[in-house]
Amino acid sequence: MEPALFIVFGAIAVGGAIMVVTRRHPMASALYLILTLFAVAGLFVLRQAHFLAAIQVIVYAGAVVVLFVFVIMLINVPEDKLPVERVTGMRFLGVVVAGLLILESALIVRRSGMAGTPAADSGSVEAVGRALFTDYLLAFELTSVLLLAAVIGAIALAKKKI
Amino acid sequence: MSGLFDLAVAVARIAIMLIFCLTFVVVLTWAERKGAAYMQDRRGPNRAKILGLTLGGIFHPLADAIKFLFKEDFIPDHVHRLFYQMAPMFALAPALMTIAVIPFGPPVTIAGKTIPLQIADLNVGILYVFAMSGLTVYGVILAGWASNSKYPLLGGLRSSAQMISYEVSLGLSIIGVVMVFRSVKLSQIVASQGELLWGIVPQWGVVVQPLGFILFLVALYAEANRTPFDLPEGESEIVAGFHTEYGSFKFSMFMMAEYFHLVVGSLLVATLFFGGWQFPYLASSGFVLPGGFSIGLPGAVVLLLRIGALFAKVVFFAWLFIWVRWTIPRFRYDQVMRLGWKVMLPLSLLNIFATGIALLLVA
Repeated sequence: MEPALFIVFGAIAVGGAIMVVTRRHPMASALYLILTLFAVAGLFVLRQAHFLAAIQVIVYAGAVVVLFVFVIMLINVPEDKLPVERVTGMRFLGVVVAGLLILESALIVRRSGMAGTPAADSGSVEAVGRALFTDYLLAFELTSVLLLAAVIGAIALAKKKI
Repeated sequence: MSGLFDLAVAVARIAIMLIFCLTFVVVLTWAERKGAAYMQDRRGPNRAKILGLTLGGIFHPLADAIKFLFKEDFIPDHVHRLFYQMAPMFALAPALMTIAVIPFGPPVTIAGKTIPLQIADLNVGILYVFAMSGLTVYGVILAGWASNSKYPLLGGLRSSAQMISYEVSLGLSIIGVVMVFRSVKLSQIVASQGELLWGIVPQWGVVVQPLGFILFLVALYAEANRTPFDLPEGESEIVAGFHTEYGSFKFSMFMMAEYFHLVVGSLLVATLFFGGWQFPYLASSGFVLPGGFSIGLPGAVVLLLRIGALFAKVVFFAWLFIWVRWTIPRFRYDQVMRLGWKVMLPLSLLNIFATGIALLLVA
């Protein structure tokens, strides 16, 4: 069951990602991005990372892409005025880098082999919470300071007078 | 054989929950019109009849459904066709998916197997509800944008900004509940609410988290786009907001999604703050009153009383939605935003802080 589901979710994720970069209309790209994020959440669930899967949907599909869509809606370029992107050197570079990434992950899998099935509750809310507030406390606190800085920066940039 | 039994149980649980919620949605549309009529001193729908029976107009939802089904499925010329057709689905599907984690009764034992009366008892529990309800905003945004005209766009903009703002308070307001009951699993939260506080008061969420309850209720009304927060479809300003350009069954899907949110919202308030299926002082053997009295009851009666308790709570909160809608006028948009960011957000942070200190003092 699990390998079959992995193939299904993996195919949806990769297919969706290809559609994101090839669609001409930005709204279509955004919707395909949601599909990809959902499929990746499904992959997380297959690896027992339930908490991560829920957070993935809440943060990325439920908030980040909403903002993308919000911007697309506000700018609202008519369909016949969408710019045609020309194929440039950067695109070829992108293909090369993507190829290198695939090669790299293949090498890692070859060297260390496939990971076994993780324990059933290794990705539960309790397990992740305990790890975050004990072993990774410093990283957690530093990240919150970084996010706070981002929030203050956003307010300072958006408002001239507070 | 055992695999077949499990499958039958899974299908039965999904069917029970879906049929209950969808039927409730249908009855709610009637209750809304009838409730509005009585509050405005008129009679409301009372003409549709079957075999000479009107039964207070209860057949009107049926007549509405038939009308929606047989109207021409008209698509205006100026819309983005694909996105326009997807929007109602985006509105309805996440709403339907949220009910999966809500327990509608205590675990029952059939043929030596313990079956939780809940479609899926996920470890992430309440987070799953937020993940799904966070997606409902796409239906509104897509409808507003794909309609490609001014009023729907304004409605979509208002709605998405409002939903994102209140989602923050909605999430933060239940952290207190999670802290007190020490779990995000809804089955665990409901089970904890069966205990008694100081041996007298049922330990319901509303007792231990009164501020959290008020914040959650207000944020829920804003998330469900209900009065006094129904700005996305403020008919006196922007016609019908994001669904101005929709007709026939697509419009009906938006309405179904809206009423489905009411049902899910009522279920969530009952589950998180009013003990879910817990009946006060009812243990699995019968009533156990604080004075030492106890009345024994057979298991089937206890089960029925518990499911009935949840049903009664849901009916009450669904009625409260209608009651508020026809009592309180709509806010202005800047008032909604100010309330969300300058009142709700600080108060919900304060609630988390106070709950933390209280838990420290108790422990």
